[in-house]
Amino acid sequence: MILNANIPDEVKKVPLEEKWTKYRSTVPLVAPNNKRRLEIIVVGTGLAGASAAASLGELGYNVKCFTFHDSPRRAHSIAAQGGINAAKNYTNDGDSVYRLFYDTIKGGDYRAREANVYRLAEVSANIIDQAVAQGVPFAREYGGLLENRSFGGVQVSRTFYARGQTGQQLLLGAYQALSRQISLGSVDMYNRHEMLDVVIVDGKARGIIARNLVTGKLERFAAHAVVLATGGYGNVFYLSTNAMNCNVTAAWRAVRRGALMANPCFTQIHPTCIPVSGDYQSKLTLMSESLRNDGRVWVPKKKEDAEAIRKGKKTALDIKEEDRDYFLERRYPAFGNLVPRDVASRAAKTACDEGLGVAPTGLAVYLDFSAAIKRYGQSKANSSGIHNASEAQIIELGEKVVEEKYGNLFEMYEKITGENPYKLPMKIYPAVHYTMGGLWVDYNLETNIPGLFALGECNFSDHGANRLGASALMQGLADGYFVLPYTIGKFLSGDISTPKIDANRAEFVAVEKETRERIDKLMSIGGSQSIESFHRRLGKIMWDYCGMSRTAEGLTAARQMIRELREEFYRDVFVPGKADEFNPELEKAQRVADFFELGELMVVDALNRNESCGGHFREESQTEEGEAKRDDVNYRYVAAWEYRGWEEDPLMHREDLDFDNIELKSRSYK
Amino acid sequence: MSQLNLTLKIWRQQNANEKGRFETHQVEANEHMSFLEMLDVLNEKLIGEKKEPVAFEHDCREGICGACSMVINGHPHGPQQKTTTCQLHMRHFHNGDTIHVEPYRAGAFPVIRDLVVDRAAFDRIIQAGGFISVNTGQPQDANALPVEKDQASRAFDGAECIGCGACVAACPNASAMLFVSAKVSHLALLPQGKVEAARRVQSMVKQMDLEGFGNCSNVTACEAECPKGISVENIARMNREYFSSVITTETRVD
Ligand SMILES: Cc1cc2nc3c(=O)[nH]c(=O)nc-3n(C[C@H](O)[C@H](O)[C@H](O)COP(=O)(O)OP(=O)(O)OC[C@H]3O[C@@H](n4cnc5c(N)ncnc54)[C@H](O)[C@@H]3O)c2cc1C
Ligand code: SF4
Ligand code: FES
Repeated sequence: MILNANIPDEVKKVPLEEKWTKYRSTVPLVAPNNKRRLEIIVVGTGLAGASAAASLGELGYNVKCFTFHDSPRRAHSIAAQGGINAAKNYTNDGDSVYRLFYDTIKGGDYRAREANVYRLAEVSANIIDQAVAQGVPFAREYGGLLENRSFGGVQVSRTFYARGQTGQQLLLGAYQALSRQISLGSVDMYNRHEMLDVVIVDGKARGIIARNLVTGKLERFAAHAVVLATGGYGNVFYLSTNAMNCNVTAAWRAVRRGALMANPCFTQIHPTCIPVSGDYQSKLTLMSESLRNDGRVWVPKKKEDAEAIRKGKKTALDIKEEDRDYFLERRYPAFGNLVPRDVASRAAKTACDEGLGVAPTGLAVYLDFSAAIKRYGQSKANSSGIHNASEAQIIELGEKVVEEKYGNLFEMYEKITGENPYKLPMKIYPAVHYTMGGLWVDYNLETNIPGLFALGECNFSDHGANRLGASALMQGLADGYFVLPYTIGKFLSGDISTPKIDANRAEFVAVEKETRERIDKLMSIGGSQSIESFHRRLGKIMWDYCGMSRTAEGLTAARQMIRELREEFYRDVFVPGKADEFNPELEKAQRVADFFELGELMVVDALNRNESCGGHFREESQTEEGEAKRDDVNYRYVAAWEYRGWEEDPLMHREDLDFDNIELKSRSYK
Repeated sequence: MSQLNLTLKIWRQQNANEKGRFETHQVEANEHMSFLEMLDVLNEKLIGEKKEPVAFEHDCREGICGACSMVINGHPHGPQQKTTTCQLHMRHFHNGDTIHVEPYRAGAFPVIRDLVVDRAAFDRIIQAGGFISVNTGQPQDANALPVEKDQASRAFDGAECIGCGACVAACPNASAMLFVSAKVSHLALLPQGKVEAARRVQSMVKQMDLEGFGNCSNVTACEAECPKGISVENIARMNREYFSSVITTETRVD
C-alpha cells in the first residue's frame, strides 16, 4: 500500500502557510439540510472526543457519543496538569506560528508530517480564544490578561495554564459544550458503554459494537462515519502516569479490521514522576514538567554520598553544593533543566545506572526548589520593602511564592510520599507517560479505512518521535474543535444520499457474534491466575526491553516472551463473574488481551527502526557522548503496520516524510 | 516499612434491586499503599480464592477525575481532610484497625454494584444549564476581555469541583447544593458567563430538584467532606444569584 497524506493537489502547490486556508476554502462541504440526515459516532469524551462531538453537534450533524466512564467528564484528559501551548506571542518574546511549528517538528526529532504540524500551530491560538469564551479560568496577571510560562524544549513562554489543573479545566470546558449539545438533542450520549469493535460495510466504517457496562449486553450502533478519540496506550507498560482504565482496545480493534498502526514504538517517558516504591503499586504519578521552570535536577557527585542517602544515613541537605552534579545544566547548558523529555529522562537513567540514584531502589534523582525559593523570597522581600530580611524570612516568603505556583503538585507529592518538598528536594524518576504512535491518519485525520477517523492521542499525527510538553492538549483540541469538523466533510459529502445505516444488517450481526465469542472465550478459560498479574508481567517485559533504551537482542527476546505470556494467558487466566452483568474484571481482561498484541507490534516496530530518534533510543545508534543518533537516510519515514493476525508477521507500509520547509539537523540542546 | 493487619467490613450488593450486606475480610497492607491499592490487594486475594472481587469506581488515582467514591468509616473519601479516596494513604490507619467501607447513600445515586453508584444526575444538572452558550469558532481574542486576577481566582475555586458527589453523601438531606453552587459560581463570576447567569441558575436548580436531591439546611457537612475544599460560600452566592434572578430579571425557567 502506498501511503500519502492525501493532501489535494491544489493544496500541495501552495506554500505551507497557505495550505490550511486553501484546504478549508476548497474542501467539499455538506449543506445544513443534509447534515441533519447524517449520523456520526464519536467514541471518547476526552479533549479530542468531547470537542469533536460538541462541534459536530453544533454544525447540525446527528452525533452519538460513547465513553466507558460513568460521565464524559472523567476522561483521562482531566488529569493533565501543566498547560497548553499556543502561538499567541502574548509575552512578546518572539513567538510565532512558524516557531511553534519548528519547535514541534524539531522536538519530534523530524518524524512528523510538516503540513499537519503547521496546521496545528496555526489553529493553536483559536483554542485559547475558544476556551476562555467557555469560561476556562486560565492564570492571569494583575492587569487581568492571560499569563504564560515555559515548558521543555523551547525558548519562549507560550504555555497557558490553569493552576496545576489545565487538563481538568479544558476538559470541563469541552464537557460543558458537549452537555449543551446533549441538552439540545444534537448529541446522544452513551455513558458506561465500551466500544469493542468497528463494523465495516462495503469498505466503509459504518458503526460499532459496544458493551453496555451496567447490563453486560452487547449493542449495535450504526452511523455514516466513526470517529475514534480513545486516547493513548501507555498502560501497555502496566505502570504509567495514565489513568488506570486507559487502554488500546478501540484502536486495536480498528487495526484488527485493517486500519494501520503507525510508529507504535514511539513512547514518551516523562522525566519527572514519583518513583516506584513497592510491588503493590498500581500507577505512577506525574510531577508536571512546569516544575522544571524552577526546579534543578541533581544527583550527588560521589557514589559514597549516593549510597549513604539510599541507606538513609544522609539526606539531600547533607550534600554540599560543590558535591552536587546538576547534570542537565552541565550537559545541556543552552536549555539546562528545560531540555525535552526524552533527553532529560535518558540523562536521569544514565545517572542512576552509574550508581548515583538517591532512592532505596537506586532509581531516583533530585528535583530541588531551594534555589528558586531563595530567589523568589529575595525578590518578594525587595518588592515588599523588607530590607535586611533574614534567611528564614526570605525562605518563608519564597515558599509562599512557590506554593502559589505549584501548591497542588507539592501537596500531591507530600500525600503520596509523606515527605515535605519545600524542605527536602523531591525525588523523581522517569515513567511512561504518552504514546506518540497511534492509528495512521492522513491530512483529514482519516485512517486508511474510509469513514474511520482518529483524533487526539489515539492517532500518530503530530508529535513525531517525541512530544513537547503542553502539546497534547493543544493537539486534542485542535483536532476536535478546528480540524475534524471541516475535514470530515470531505468524506460525508460523498454520502449525502446514503440513507440511515441499518444496525440490523448482516455485517453488524456478524461482528456482534465475533465479539460475543471473544468474551465467551475469556470467560470460559477458568484458569488460576488473575488478569492483573498478567498485565504486570507484560508491563515488566515492555519496560525492561522496550522502555527507555532498546537493543536488537533485547527486543528479539522480548517478542518471544510476549508470545509465550499471551499463550499462558489464554490457558490460565481467571475471569471472575459473568459476562452479562457489571463486571470490571471482564473489561480488564479484554483490554489486557489486546495489549499483548499491541505489545508485540511495538517490539517489532522498535526492532525495525535501527536508529535513535526522540523517545526511541536504540543502543546500537548513539554518538560517542551517548546522545541519540538519528538516521535520516534510512528511517525518514512513518512505519505504518498492517496487522495480519497472531500467526503471521505484521506488514510494514511506509509513508516517506518530506521536509520542504525545515532543514534536517541533528537535534542539539547543548 | 510497617505492615498493617486490617479487618474490612465492606458493603456487597449485586445490583440496585438486591438488598446489600456487610462482608468481613482480613487484609494485609503496608503504610505506603493508597486505600485503593489496599482494595486491589483484597481483590487479588478474592480472585485467588475464585470469589468475586469488590466493585469500586476509580480511574486517575490522582484525586482529579472524581471517579472514586466510597464512604470510609462514615466519611465520604475517608477521614483525611481534602483528600480523595485514591489519595488516602494507609499510613493514616493503624495495625489492627477495623475499617467500614460502604457506597454513597443517596436516593439520587442508586447503587449499581457494591461500592459503585450511578451519579448521572450530576451530568443532567450540567446539561440543564451548566455551560456558556458559545459555538466553536465564535469567540473574540482571549485577551479582549480582561478578568481581574482575584475574580478569576474565585471563579476557579468553584471550577475545581471534581463532581465526585461526596457532598451529597455527606449531607443528611442528600442535598446537591455544594456541587451545583460550585458550577453556578464558577460561571457567574466570569464576565463570559454573566449573560446567561439568570437562566442558568434557575435551570440548574430546577433540575436538581427534579433529580430528587434534598434541601439544604445549612449543616455544612458537605464542605467538611469535600475533597477539593469547595466552600459553602458558594451556596450563599447561588442563593443570591437565584433570588436576584427572580426579583430583578424577567427570566423564568419553568
Ligand atoms: C498525568 C498526565 C498529565 C498530563 N499533562 C499534560 C499537560 O500538561 N499538557 C499536555 O498537553 N498534555 C498532558 N498530558 C497528555 C494529555 O493529557 C493526553 O494526551 C490527552 O489528554 C489525551 O486526550 P484524548 O482526548 O486523546 O484522550 P483521553 O482523554 O484519554 O480520552 C479517551 C476517551 O476515550 C474513551 N474510550 C477509550 N476507549 C474506549 C472504548 N473502547 N469505548 C468507549 N470509550 C472509550 C474514554 O472513556 C475517554 O473518554 C498529560 C498526561 C498525563 C497522563
Ligand atoms: S463540591 Fe466537592 S464533594 Fe461535591 S462534587 Fe464537587 S468536589 Fe465533590
Ligand atoms: S480515582 Fe480519580 S479522583 Fe480518585
